Amino acid sequence: MFQFILRRLSLVIPTFFGITLLTFTLIHMIPGDPIEVMAGERGVSAERHAMLSAELGFDQPLYIQYFRYVGGVLQGDLGNSLVTRTPVLDEFLALFPATVELSICAALFAIFIGLPAGIIAAVKRGTIFDHSVMTVSLTGYSMPIFWWALLLMLIFSVNLGWTPVSGRIDVVYWIDNTTGFMLIDTWLSDEEGAFTSAVSHLILPSIVLGTIPMAVIARMTRSSMLEVLSEDYIRTARSKGIAPWRVIVIHALRNALIPVITVIGLQVGILLSGAILTETVFAWPGIGKWLIESIGRRDYPVVQGGILIVATIIIVVNLLVDIMYGVINPRIRHSH
Amino acid sequence: MSLLQLDNLSVTFGQFKAVDNISYKVEEGEVLGIVGESGSGKSVSSLSIMGLIDFPGKIEADTLSFDGQNLLSMPEKQRRKLTGSEIAMIFQDPMTSLNPCFTVGYQIIEALKTHQGGSKKELTKRAIELLMQVGIPAPETRLAAYPHQLSGGMSQRVMIAIAIACNPRLLIADEPTTALDVTIQAQIIDLLIELQRKKKMGLVLITHDLALVAEVAHRVIVMYAGQIVESGPAAEVFSTPQHPYTQALLKSLPESSVGQSRLDALSGVVPGVYDRPMGCLLSPRCPYATDHCRSVEPSTQGTLERQVKCHTPLDYEGRPTA
Repeated sequence: MFQFILRRLSLVIPTFFGITLLTFTLIHMIPGDPIEVMAGERGVSAERHAMLSAELGFDQPLYIQYFRYVGGVLQGDLGNSLVTRTPVLDEFLALFPATVELSICAALFAIFIGLPAGIIAAVKRGTIFDHSVMTVSLTGYSMPIFWWALLLMLIFSVNLGWTPVSGRIDVVYWIDNTTGFMLIDTWLSDEEGAFTSAVSHLILPSIVLGTIPMAVIARMTRSSMLEVLSEDYIRTARSKGIAPWRVIVIHALRNALIPVITVIGLQVGILLSGAILTETVFAWPGIGKWLIESIGRRDYPVVQGGILIVATIIIVVNLLVDIMYGVINPRIRHSH
Repeated sequence: MSLLQLDNLSVTFGQFKAVDNISYKVEEGEVLGIVGESGSGKSVSSLSIMGLIDFPGKIEADTLSFDGQNLLSMPEKQRRKLTGSEIAMIFQDPMTSLNPCFTVGYQIIEALKTHQGGSKKELTKRAIELLMQVGIPAPETRLAAYPHQLSGGMSQRVMIAIAIACNPRLLIADEPTTALDVTIQAQIIDLLIELQRKKKMGLVLITHDLALVAEVAHRVIVMYAGQIVESGPAAEVFSTPQHPYTQALLKSLPESSVGQSRLDALSGVVPGVYDRPMGCLLSPRCPYATDHCRSVEPSTQGTLERQVKCHTPLDYEGRPTA
């Protein structure tokens, strides 16, 4: 197992270099000049432009700029944002908890609805329940996120007034930033009603963000369960005279979960990398919104650094999934 | 009272009659062999005894009773108390019949715990005893093994341990050796017969292996296309087959074709749902079939001990009686 993890980690290094090269090339291929974007409509004089270029290193050939950047990354320096002049890593760390909080809630929503729905659909295959689950999940999967978000907002926030429209918390509250997680911070603070407000702000974005993972998990669980339920060892389990729920929950689910865990892991990785559309629609101050805005500003260090961190997160999540896979599946655990 | 009694059992899947009005009995301590080619309904009939036929399969029977208790009318929960404890079953492919995610110990103890209960220590002790009974060396360490770490023969031994865990009175073995090497086959059969004698279980042995049935079974049932075509004491059925199908099965053994360049074989296949013939189901393949055979279904005739479903049963010479 230890060897397995080491082998996986050694693959991370070339992946890292690939990502730096790719993001660097792509962001420099987009037309536009960060200095002109910063200057805005006022424009910038040629001398001032040259001065700033020299200061930021943009006057150097691209390959020199790339090596400088990689050199910095290797020393743990992702550079400073061109716009705010603060280190990219600090900006990331300030915003990341918001994304994590939203991702966790969305993932929980997706798992707690998707998993049981998939199991029941498989056990009751061919029934109305099965068909409805599959229809709903296909709809959820194919619905444009921004439209789904606006639709829910219109119904629950505007018409019914049950949930707030956007943001993380009502503006009337002032919450100390202890952990960065609004749910924990409001729980710790003495402000009355702050926690409820934080929860109500999380509901719609979680549902919107969790819809696609939920659909994927439900479909994957169903097909995996169907496959497992026709296996010989399920017949053996039933021939022991154990209760039907035990056959499903203990014997079938354990095997069916193996591919489902992979899917859940991949989905969580995607969630953590920032939900650009959801965060934008709900004005959620997370990584996705940060990245999309920095692309607009041609803020090269933020885009490069942000994507590198996000890629790292996905790599780590995938590694965790592989380890989980070994824990659940004895055939993999013993293959060394 | 018989241990197991079936009267006119039918299992249908939609239009298809997988098992067609079969009746037989198994007495305590008796070995009953069921033979017939693939698709003749051997497995389906035994799964229906275990209550393992799922929707859309439909079971109908005048009687399906175990030790005098009607299996069809009893509540599901009560029936589950019998399956796995009083009636147990061993399946064809041991490598896929054990759950790959659980240890051998867990899967044996689960059967014990469901029907007998007891402390963890007692259950583990019982499981070790069972593994010893089925001839697995170093049973203490094997408890923690996963199925993929066992060979086919070992897996089948574990399956047998699970099946006999609660001292069943009836054991159904559905082609228990088909997936195993020839050398292992003999060991597994010896083990099954030894356990059957020691525990005085009724044993239903479903197999393609006619020689095996001739050797170990007291009585034998020959099935074709979901029907019982011949039944009787094993020795009699195999020495003087009365049904052309039984005769053809015996003729197809390599031993019967010594000195010939080709093995004897019955041409054609078991009829399916769309090509079920009129009259006798064997008539399209039967070398002795007459027009009468092709239009009228034969009834079962003979003594209580020896029965045959044929218009013109074979005589001692192996020729059809007119």
